[in-house]
Amino acid sequence: MSTIKERQTVDHKIVVQNLYKIFGNHPRKGVKLLKQGYTKDHILEKTGLGVGIADVSFHVDEGEILVIMGLSGSGKSTLVRCLNRLIEPTGGKILLEGTDVTLLSREELRQLRQKRFGMVFQHFALFPRRSVIRNVEYGLEVQKVPPKERRERAMKALEQVGLKGWEDSYPDQLSGGMQQRVGLARALALDPDIMLMDEAFSALDPLIRRDMQDELLKLQEKMHKTIVFISHDLGEALKLGDRIILMKDGRIVQEGTAESILSNPADEYVAKFVEDVDISKVVTAETIMKNPGEVASYAHDGPRAALWKMRQAGLSSVYVQHKGRLMGIVRAEDASSALKAGEKDLKNIIVTDIQKVSPETPAYELFPLLVESSPLAVVDSEEHLMGVIIKGTLLAALAEGVQTNGNGLDAGDTDRQSN
Amino acid sequence: MEMDWMPAIPIGRAIEYAIDLFSEHCSFLTRAFSDLVESGITLIINGLMFFPPWVLILAFTAIAWFLSRKRGLALFTLAGLLLIWNMNLWGPTVSTLALVLISTLIAMMIGLPLGILSALNQSAYRAIMPVLDVMQTMPAFVYLIPAIPFFGLGPVGAIFSTVIFSMPPAIRLTCLGIRQVPTDLVEAADSFGSTRWQKLFKLQLPMATPTIMAGINQTIMLALSMVVIAAMIGAKGLGGEVWKAIQRLEPARGFEAGIAIVIVAMILDRIMQRIGKQSDKPL
Repeated sequence: MSTIKERQTVDHKIVVQNLYKIFGNHPRKGVKLLKQGYTKDHILEKTGLGVGIADVSFHVDEGEILVIMGLSGSGKSTLVRCLNRLIEPTGGKILLEGTDVTLLSREELRQLRQKRFGMVFQHFALFPRRSVIRNVEYGLEVQKVPPKERRERAMKALEQVGLKGWEDSYPDQLSGGMQQRVGLARALALDPDIMLMDEAFSALDPLIRRDMQDELLKLQEKMHKTIVFISHDLGEALKLGDRIILMKDGRIVQEGTAESILSNPADEYVAKFVEDVDISKVVTAETIMKNPGEVASYAHDGPRAALWKMRQAGLSSVYVQHKGRLMGIVRAEDASSALKAGEKDLKNIIVTDIQKVSPETPAYELFPLLVESSPLAVVDSEEHLMGVIIKGTLLAALAEGVQTNGNGLDAGDTDRQSN
Repeated sequence: MEMDWMPAIPIGRAIEYAIDLFSEHCSFLTRAFSDLVESGITLIINGLMFFPPWVLILAFTAIAWFLSRKRGLALFTLAGLLLIWNMNLWGPTVSTLALVLISTLIAMMIGLPLGILSALNQSAYRAIMPVLDVMQTMPAFVYLIPAIPFFGLGPVGAIFSTVIFSMPPAIRLTCLGIRQVPTDLVEAADSFGSTRWQKLFKLQLPMATPTIMAGINQTIMLALSMVVIAAMIGAKGLGGEVWKAIQRLEPARGFEAGIAIVIVAMILDRIMQRIGKQSDKPL
């Protein structure tokens, strides 16, 4: 058991173990009370100590985006600041590739911050009296990188975020989105392997925010940084997060992929959070469904035709209709074994026990259904197949704020294959 | 009515004793220091007086224009200084300016580091701020008394009391300016692994400059007012003229000297304000 745990510790990029942060005098007392089972409010009332984080353990893998989500006051910003010790944790361990960050000396910590961590702030935190390029250079200046190399690396970072040509402007001359690009470039210029992003896009208006999210994903495709992203916005978390951690009152209430959190809320708090995804109420099956593409005919098609239609659509299953009514679904593996067995029709391989929903079904009712079976068939009152919904489609639609028009099932393909 | 049910606590006597003790045993040092500084001051004043007034007046006008880039201010400087020359107060004005200049420089040399220290260190802050409260509320005249036994009558005692009187705003506003730097900027500087000094020189001091300049401006104004009062212990200059006018009951002379002081104050204040505004622009 212990060896497995140790191996995991080494494999993960960052491992946080039993982290506590208590604000106030004699914070250790707060840790003791928490261990005795007192609540955050109780401790505040009794001792005046503020509980920032309580017994938090999680890990971050190399190259993933981990979103830490929670409402304000949930401790998420405190948590990210503990990782590079802008806030000194009260107890617990933070292992960065096996090294305990909490034990580092002041000087070692500075080295670590200079080389390993790039941080992006909610309100940009640009230095107002420095030009854009000198903002981006700041971290390199601190490292005493020679001016020429400094300028080159800073220019490269500015180009990465698409701000070439703005280097001599001052922060107050830029829009919010551009300012945060500078913030991003300032962190990227250090070429850190870990990015800490504290509500980095929350202060931007929605359209710009979406652009920045896309930009970040695009950059991440090339950079493969390990990113810890703080957010209070579920849509953002769904879109960016490889995994999501949900926090409340300084504790982790749920951890997992977007799907698992949406479909299996760990408790009422999470359920409420998920329910509060406002668009999930507005969005219905009809608005997010995709064109089903090729449909097999029960009357004419055999396994070979079904497989051909799947290949045409690039999917691993195909719906089967009979006289305009949806009958069931045929999966690729069944079709190919039927083909080998020399069967000529779909009678033996059709799965008729499939999930069907009406076009009016609201999105939040779709989550639990999608976990049980994916894809979902959307049928009208005549049982005619109108469209399909795949997990990826739904998530993408929610994250995008419903911008689903046609083009392909790219997000869902892998999903469908695995089902 | 006296409080006869309790013997008087000898606060004043205790302070007096301390001053006596200090002047008795250390006065040879302070006097020697005093002689040195005094000859320095005399040198500066003589140096300035070596030039004919119109040369200096043109030079000051040029400086005013150069620092402020305001034609109005330059013209005001020119006219004001010419009026002072006309009132036959040029000599006292030069020595007043020299005293203000020297006091301000000393006050800044002590005050800025103390301000930085109190901004960055909470214990220093707690120790320094009450002292500043006392320094600022104590009537200015009181500082003149110990100046005499330490430095004797003359400009050095005047500078000593002027520095004490004018230093608090420099300390306070330096401290305030640094503390006002938004925490997220300080956090950003920290997150990039800045040392304390890098943070101070790359972020905090540049951000605090306008506030610090306002503090220096106040220091100059206080120094000017104290240099005038210090005429009572033998500082010469415009204050000396006022003091003479009081003793001889010569309102004409008194008012002329007073007007000269106002002119000097306005010129210094406006120039400093312009510099403060310019320091607000990005570096």
